[in-house]
Amino acid sequence: MSRLKILALLPLAVALSGCNYIVLAPAGDIAAQQRDLVIISTVLMLLIVVPVMALTVLFAWRYRQSNTSARYEPEWDHSTKLELVIWSAPLLIIVCLGALTWMGTHLLDPYRTLGRIQADRAVDQSKAPLEVDVVALDWKWLFIYPDYGIATVNDLAAPIDRPINFRITASSVMNSFYIPALAGQIYAMPGMETKLHAVVNHPGTYKGFSANYSGAGFSGMHFNFHGLDDKGFDAWIASAKSAGGSLGRAQYLQLEKPSQNEPVRRYGTVDADLYRLILNMCVDTGKMCQSEMMAIDAKGGLGHQGLNNTLPLAYDKYARRGTALGPEPVFVAGACTPDAPQGQTTASIKAPTDAAPLLGAGLERPTFTPQKSSSFFLGQRPKSDS
Amino acid sequence: MSPDLLKLIFGRLGLESLPLHEPIVVGTFVVVALGGAALLGGLTYFRLWGYLWREWFTTVDHKRIGIMYMILGIVMLLRGFADALMMRGQQALAFGGSEGYLNAHHYDQVFTAHGVIMIFFVAMPLVTGLMNYVVPLQIGARDVSFPFLNNFSFWMTVGGAVLVMASLFIGEFARTGWLAYPPLSNIGYSPDVGVDYYIWALQVAGVGTTLSGINLICTIVKLRCPGMSMMKMPVFTWTSLCTNVLIVASFPVLTVVLALLSLDRYVGTNFFTNDFGGSPMMYVNLIWIWGHPEVYILVLPAFGIFSEVTSTFSGKRLFGYTSMVYATVVITILSYLVWLHHFFTMGSGASVNSFFGITTMIISIPTGAKMFNWLFTMYRGRIRYELPMMWTIAFMLTFVIGGMTGVLLAVPPADFVLHNSLFLIAHFHNVIIGGVVFGAFAGITYWFPKAFGFRLDPFWGKLSFWFWVSGFYLAFMPLYVLGLMGVTRRLRVFDDPSLQIWFVIAAIGAGLVALGIGCMLVQFAVSFLRREQLKDVTGDPWDARTLEWATSSPPPDYNFAFTPVVHDNDAWWDMKKRGYQRPLTGFRPIHMPSSTGTGIILAGLATAMGFGLIWYIWWLAAASFIAMLAVGIGHTFNYHRDFDIPVDDVVRTEDSRTKLLAGAK
Amino acid sequence: MTVTVNPAQTGAPVFYVVDEHPHPEGWSTSLGFWIYLMSDCLIFAILFATFGVLGGSYAAGPAPKDLFDLPLVALNTSMLLLSSITYGFAMLTMQQNRIGQTQMWLAITGLFGAAFIGIELTEFAHMIHEGAAPQRSAFLSAFFTLVGTHGLHVTCGLIWLVTLMVQVFKFGLIEANRRRLMCLSMFWHFLDVVWIGVFTFVYLLGVLR
Repeated sequence: MSRLKILALLPLAVALSGCNYIVLAPAGDIAAQQRDLVIISTVLMLLIVVPVMALTVLFAWRYRQSNTSARYEPEWDHSTKLELVIWSAPLLIIVCLGALTWMGTHLLDPYRTLGRIQADRAVDQSKAPLEVDVVALDWKWLFIYPDYGIATVNDLAAPIDRPINFRITASSVMNSFYIPALAGQIYAMPGMETKLHAVVNHPGTYKGFSANYSGAGFSGMHFNFHGLDDKGFDAWIASAKSAGGSLGRAQYLQLEKPSQNEPVRRYGTVDADLYRLILNMCVDTGKMCQSEMMAIDAKGGLGHQGLNNTLPLAYDKYARRGTALGPEPVFVAGACTPDAPQGQTTASIKAPTDAAPLLGAGLERPTFTPQKSSSFFLGQRPKSDS
Repeated sequence: MSPDLLKLIFGRLGLESLPLHEPIVVGTFVVVALGGAALLGGLTYFRLWGYLWREWFTTVDHKRIGIMYMILGIVMLLRGFADALMMRGQQALAFGGSEGYLNAHHYDQVFTAHGVIMIFFVAMPLVTGLMNYVVPLQIGARDVSFPFLNNFSFWMTVGGAVLVMASLFIGEFARTGWLAYPPLSNIGYSPDVGVDYYIWALQVAGVGTTLSGINLICTIVKLRCPGMSMMKMPVFTWTSLCTNVLIVASFPVLTVVLALLSLDRYVGTNFFTNDFGGSPMMYVNLIWIWGHPEVYILVLPAFGIFSEVTSTFSGKRLFGYTSMVYATVVITILSYLVWLHHFFTMGSGASVNSFFGITTMIISIPTGAKMFNWLFTMYRGRIRYELPMMWTIAFMLTFVIGGMTGVLLAVPPADFVLHNSLFLIAHFHNVIIGGVVFGAFAGITYWFPKAFGFRLDPFWGKLSFWFWVSGFYLAFMPLYVLGLMGVTRRLRVFDDPSLQIWFVIAAIGAGLVALGIGCMLVQFAVSFLRREQLKDVTGDPWDARTLEWATSSPPPDYNFAFTPVVHDNDAWWDMKKRGYQRPLTGFRPIHMPSSTGTGIILAGLATAMGFGLIWYIWWLAAASFIAMLAVGIGHTFNYHRDFDIPVDDVVRTEDSRTKLLAGAK
Repeated sequence: MTVTVNPAQTGAPVFYVVDEHPHPEGWSTSLGFWIYLMSDCLIFAILFATFGVLGGSYAAGPAPKDLFDLPLVALNTSMLLLSSITYGFAMLTMQQNRIGQTQMWLAITGLFGAAFIGIELTEFAHMIHEGAAPQRSAFLSAFFTLVGTHGLHVTCGLIWLVTLMVQVFKFGLIEANRRRLMCLSMFWHFLDVVWIGVFTFVYLLGVLR
């Protein structure tokens, strides 16, 4: 397979000179493996696509009307042998590609923790991964570093060779969190959490952006991602800390209002509970948190009393501005219980520490029972706390 | 007048709804208004209204309805393509701090309208029009099963198109992307009329499409001529059958999902809201359960066209008819098992993602088999390079690239890096232009002489072909490249100046395609002027193989004086080979459905109702709805919906053809 | 359908039929109507699926067990089931060409249908009055939409029924009217089947949940 890869990379090397094909020359191990899959699959398919194109041209030329020397068999319309070939050739390719897909999809599952930080380097278990909470806002990105107690807007940094665990959500509409140099994208959805595990191997500054159209300010919704060495990262954290400013619930409610082309902002301190509140859509005091609501629902709702626990919606950013025929907008008021502590949101999928590339080693035997905690088609929602 | 009264009469429609501050829109309006006025004036001057109403608007003849679908598709292509040019222009200009010439409000409407128009009002009418025209002829029927419904379906499609066009000048269109994902499309984030235009345009047109699907299934199942068993049906009829099964089994999903979205928007329910337990992701799932089969709805008939064309112009039976049919059926079924590949990045988990990835790849097996079948139809043939065959070769070379990138995108980890990028845009334009559009053009040039009695001018056709093909490659290959550079779709402005060159190339490509479209229009005009030289009197200009070529060009109202009997897949080829003699005597009166204006009236009322709902003009919506009910019920009291073509008319028509044929010899 | 061979060509292959064999009027109607019903069935399938997904999202509001009045719904169900039976009688008498009785059974069917709609509207009004409106939670949105869509279909059926009764009165049990009665019959029974699904899946399982 490695020889195959090198072969495939040859024309790419030519194409790469001059332009920045970031998807084909990324800086992170996950993106690099995804690139490998792109190339291997393309080569596999070229095995059949090139002959088909060549035959098309050949037949089109050879059997042209003016070439009377070519054989002409107007009644010939069936050949079992040929039929076998034309069905089995694509089938074979797809069998190979399917196996590759199954393995690749599991190995590169964004929910899976990293087993390696580069092709030949296993994860250093003694070092804790970097936790980053990502929130897509209208139209900017908020990054919270819970371990460091800082937050930034439209600026992200990570030390090289240290796994990063992203937890991703959104405030209002769907976006997609994508840093091509680092790893593939994943949607950022309001009231839901997605995860991404990645690592950056080469220092540098890379582009990150939303890859899912989200409204008027979408084009300006990008940020810089800095891959820094440990010292540089510490300095970056320190500069954020020294920037002062704090991000609490009130400041967040200001921040989440729509704005375009936001400059970089840093907050030296951040409300430790903020990300959970954003995820559960209850930053505004008085609103019931989703986790609480789901816990109540799982127990069968609040019955008739539940009919009275809505309050008129005086302020809710800009959402649900009255429908034409419906009643005035309301929200569900929080019940008089202390906010439940944050639970494990989604079960993590652990990778063994193994530097093996896409060979399936280190991949558990596939089971056909879906992960218990992930709802089948609807992405992953925060689980109730009860 | 008091504001309350104004609101009662006009809903939220006011003078400020007219985009008078947008010079581009005003300019377009002036051009359209002048053109429209000239057209209407011309029609009035030449006293064509009565003729149009009697012979076209109220007709239930599947051939005329088919032609009207094609005209609708081509007219809407001009609008959809204008949007494409604007996008390409904007993206080629907006670099290095330049905002381009479109603001976000306008640009976001342009790309949404482009997608909606191209799929629903260009590709669908072209495909439906060809099926409508050709299928009854191919199966030796006199018309479709429900001729009135056919007329109604067509006008509903027009109604949807009218609503989309109205949004250009009255208010605005959606700014959500062509599938209008909530929460963005919900009332909180899109409070304006745009999404309502989107919803009602698609609902009105969707009713028409569903009914037309039911109609054509019944036609194919019930009205085949004697001897034509299922496995003797021409491949185009087979793919049409599968397409219409897909339509009936997928458009109701669209209807429901849009209805739920409109409930959210109008009465404040919580299907796709963020709070109160709603689930926006359910919308994404549901709309793609419709959306993926929709892709095959478009491309299967194109596959059918290529099969007919390849076999005809290679002068050879279609290779592997049986496997072609099975491949079509397999694609039909599998198209329902792949919808999740449009959002692998939602985070459904590795097992779910790989399941849908692999089912997607499996579709490429029957598709690949089809490709080989066309290839081996050409093998040991005598290929005549008329325009339809040229489009077919272009399709074969282009579509495999699109298919390959499609399978690539079906590998979830690869999709994670390419999803929503310009690579994806390049991919689906690669299959839709390379497959559906080339197919429609092959079909148009192939069946045009059948419909009008003269061929299309080959010179302008070839010019158009080369502009289209080269323009397509120039416009979309750079997008593949940009996708690999990590450039995402729907961006309005760019920072990185090194990307600009690619967008400029793409814009040039779009310009070439524009020339291609221009040449195509010139081709129609030139062919009309040269119709005497290009005349086809035989009814079989291509030495073709299927039943539609057995009758005259254009066919008489009743298609066939006597119902044909079929003995072979290539029925007409078989008839020619075995010395078929055209019957010259013994004609009888022919029973045919009569025209009715009910379809256009109902569709007009439905459109008015949609307009009322969009602008909250409740009285208009209610009045149109009640009127619709009344007209619909009134129509059921008409029990005499058909008549007999007198035998004298049949004799006269057939005699004139006999003379023509004699003249040709 | 008879295929008469052109006598002039006996022995040679037959390429056309001389006798026009018009497909009888309404030749495709029952197939077409079946396909339409299947597409309608898909509409309900999606609404059921929606209810399945959202049926547990009460948004800290009331659940089915707090809202549903099962005896009333059972009464409602019996109305619809009875209307199906009486429609069956209408079809039987139609086959015996007894216009008066057909009309009578159709009228009874209509009354049962109207009773069904009436009870359903009472139930809806009661729930909305309590505050359990469709806007309160995703569960209620899905409930009102699924049950309401069914009710809307029954209402359409009623309008159709009245229209047909007028047509039978005016034109008698002619072939076209028989075909239309047959289509409405399929439609009516189809709604009955859907309702059984609603009753089981929404009401019974809802209360159990």
